[in-house]
Amino acid sequence: MISARGLRKSFGDFEAVRGIDVSVRPGVAFGFLGPNGAGKSSTMRMICCVSPPSGGELRVFGMDPAKDGPKIKARLGVCPQEDTLDVELNVYDNLFVYGRYFGLPRAEVKGRIEELLDFVQLTDKAKAKVDDLSGGMKRRLTIARSLINRPEILVLDEPTTGLDPQARHVIWDRLFRLKQAGVTLLLTTHYMDEAEQLCDELVVMDQGRIVAHGTPLGLIQQHSTREVAELRFGVGEHEALAAKVEDLAERVEVLPDRLLLYSDDGEAVIEAVHSRDLSPVATLVRRSSLEDVFLHLTGRTLVD
Amino acid sequence: MALFTAAVGATVARPLRGGAAARLLLWRNILVYRRAWLVFITGFLEPVFYLFSIGIGVGAMVVGFEYAGKPVDYREFVAPGMIAASAMNGSLLDATFNFFFKLKYNKLYDQMLATPLRTVDIAVGEILWNQLRSGIYVTAFLLIMVAMDLVHSWWALLVVPAALLIGSAFGAVGMALTTYMTSWQDFEKVTLAMMPMFLFSATFFPVTAYPEWLRWIVEVTPLYRGVVLCRELTLGVPSWGSLVSVVYLLAFGAIGLVVVRRRLDSLLLT
Amino acid sequence: MTDYADSAPATPPTAPAGLVSGALRMGDYWLTVLARTWKGGVITTFVTPFFYVLALGVLLGEFVEADPATLEGADSYLAFVAPGMVAAHAMTIAFSEMTYPVYGMVKWQRIYFSMIASPLTASHIVLAQLGFLMLRTLFACGVFLLVLAPFGVFETWWGVLTAWLVQGLVVLAFGTPVLLFSLSIKGEESFALIFRLGMIPLTLFSGTFFPVANLGPVLEKVAMASPLWQGVNLTRMLALGEIDWALAAVHVGYLGLLAGVCWWLAVRRLGERLVS
Repeated sequence: MISARGLRKSFGDFEAVRGIDVSVRPGVAFGFLGPNGAGKSSTMRMICCVSPPSGGELRVFGMDPAKDGPKIKARLGVCPQEDTLDVELNVYDNLFVYGRYFGLPRAEVKGRIEELLDFVQLTDKAKAKVDDLSGGMKRRLTIARSLINRPEILVLDEPTTGLDPQARHVIWDRLFRLKQAGVTLLLTTHYMDEAEQLCDELVVMDQGRIVAHGTPLGLIQQHSTREVAELRFGVGEHEALAAKVEDLAERVEVLPDRLLLYSDDGEAVIEAVHSRDLSPVATLVRRSSLEDVFLHLTGRTLVD
Repeated sequence: MALFTAAVGATVARPLRGGAAARLLLWRNILVYRRAWLVFITGFLEPVFYLFSIGIGVGAMVVGFEYAGKPVDYREFVAPGMIAASAMNGSLLDATFNFFFKLKYNKLYDQMLATPLRTVDIAVGEILWNQLRSGIYVTAFLLIMVAMDLVHSWWALLVVPAALLIGSAFGAVGMALTTYMTSWQDFEKVTLAMMPMFLFSATFFPVTAYPEWLRWIVEVTPLYRGVVLCRELTLGVPSWGSLVSVVYLLAFGAIGLVVVRRRLDSLLLT
Repeated sequence: MTDYADSAPATPPTAPAGLVSGALRMGDYWLTVLARTWKGGVITTFVTPFFYVLALGVLLGEFVEADPATLEGADSYLAFVAPGMVAAHAMTIAFSEMTYPVYGMVKWQRIYFSMIASPLTASHIVLAQLGFLMLRTLFACGVFLLVLAPFGVFETWWGVLTAWLVQGLVVLAFGTPVLLFSLSIKGEESFALIFRLGMIPLTLFSGTFFPVANLGPVLEKVAMASPLWQGVNLTRMLALGEIDWALAAVHVGYLGLLAGVCWWLAVRRLGERLVS
């Protein structure tokens, strides 16, 4: 569906994307994980044909975005990071006018709107003004709008950023259904839980480059241990104490507010820490996540 | 059409701390405008453009014009009308569009009422600012009139306080009306009130152009009183009627201020 | 509850075949916008110009010497000022529609960005927007001319009809540069300036209310270079039935060239704003 070879994007002196290779197969939910400014949105914009690549090769549905932008866009659904809804029109009209941009007949658009409003659970809000919707509803409306042309690929840029936990779960549920219906999903996120929940395959991006590629589970197995022991000491003590526990785990990461000890048996690590007369204020044992993968690969956290 | 469409860009909120006087609000507005000085300067041009266009351009073709029994130059007739009309327009635009924006959208006043400021300070502070600006504009306009030899009497100096009175009165009433507005659509009504007043309050032609019954109606409108007041002053023919206009405008503004105080109390102190 | 599924046989979404067919896809957008906003514009579109005619044309007109020699051939001030006001009205519509609304679509609501995510391009967007502006102006000026007709200020029916169509050109000659301006500015404060330093002086000094000859020989030439004077004079010649065809051709050429160049630049500018 999508293939990129050495894809680059620069804005003046700033290089947002520094040569990436990606290949997305049909029916896959493909994620771009990385912190803000990693080059995810720039990559999405190039795929959506609204940002000409500065170098490399990009093909969407086998076509070149520079030449066949409109043809590609006819088969894409785009859910941008910031809602671009017409806040003065009502929910129904937002969908209606949008469907018409794709050259679909009025009657068909109308039928489609019924389905989509149902799908995003906004049927009873059809006549409401967009301004009066909650953030989660607006995001669902944007998703419905991006589906109006029955896209083969749905592109979602940070689909749940800025939403409360409950609204995020509703969106994840809808996206999961789309995935089951065979729609290829392409999404960017800086939330590791979102990537783990939705993506079959993902790339980790940092500073315009892809630093890892695989399935969520595969990446964790490859780049982290099974468990992590988190130790919290007093403010400013972490750096100094890291040396004292270094030998207890495969790897130790120092964060401003805690120490992360990577090991296949977290409980054992905690016990060993206590036996050395160290008394952390709080301890926690958890499974490794993509956050840990990112930390390991880049030395930085995802959300800062 | 261009009816003093002083579409001022929405002003930006700035946090203010402490203090307990309307003067602070005035200071805030000065701060905001300091960054938009070009907007400030150009605000004064519109009545000047009208004076040149209608007063001089059209005036060149106007013949046999009389006022108070004496023949006058048409431009001398129009100029004071522009002073009064622009005093009204400037104040009303600020008291409606900008005031509404501050009230509803950037919540400037909520932030101010968290300080020792009272609602009446807010109202007076806004009007003071309007009038400071208006005073500068009128003085500049008067200087232009002097340069064009349109002024022949010392009475004309009083046109500055007269314009401030007109502006304050319309500002207070405009703010009072704004407190009742709920959406931008309501401003269509402001335009609907301003535009005919601007055109029909003897600004461009004398009331004698109207039939008797219509004349009475025009004569009791607030802008007409303002226009006549300014005209009597710049032409140097004040009368008891001028005093009536002053009292009328004072009462008009006082009513507005009372209403605006009550409304702000109920809107902001809930 | 239906899931996302291909229930009905769907027409495949397509890229538009041409410029016009693409722009027509936005017809429903503009109709929907019109249905929502027409009430808000009733007073400025229909009442304001009528009041201006009444105040300046009729009432002030009583005091103006009705001499065809000084009024460019009109036998009353009303007959002189009415066609000028029609053209000025077309310009005013261009300014009001192409400033804040356009800026909002780039900056506040970012609706242009949603349009560009569909198969439509900047050329389609600009054509649809200007097409809608033109239709709207023709309607408003049509009503204005009908209101003026009973005052007996027009010479021939075909003159008025042509004058009416000319307003479509006038609005484009202003709509395209203002659109370009709105697509180029950084902050909305700039609008106060183009209203005060652009629209208002243009309205007042482009031969709308008085013959440009009254400005004196130097300023007269300046006024004649203004696009509004070109539109006003063309409209007035047609309304008064005193047509200098060569001059009319110059006016049409001037306005058409201005509109064409700014149209092209606006499409490019919009493309730069949306695709980067």
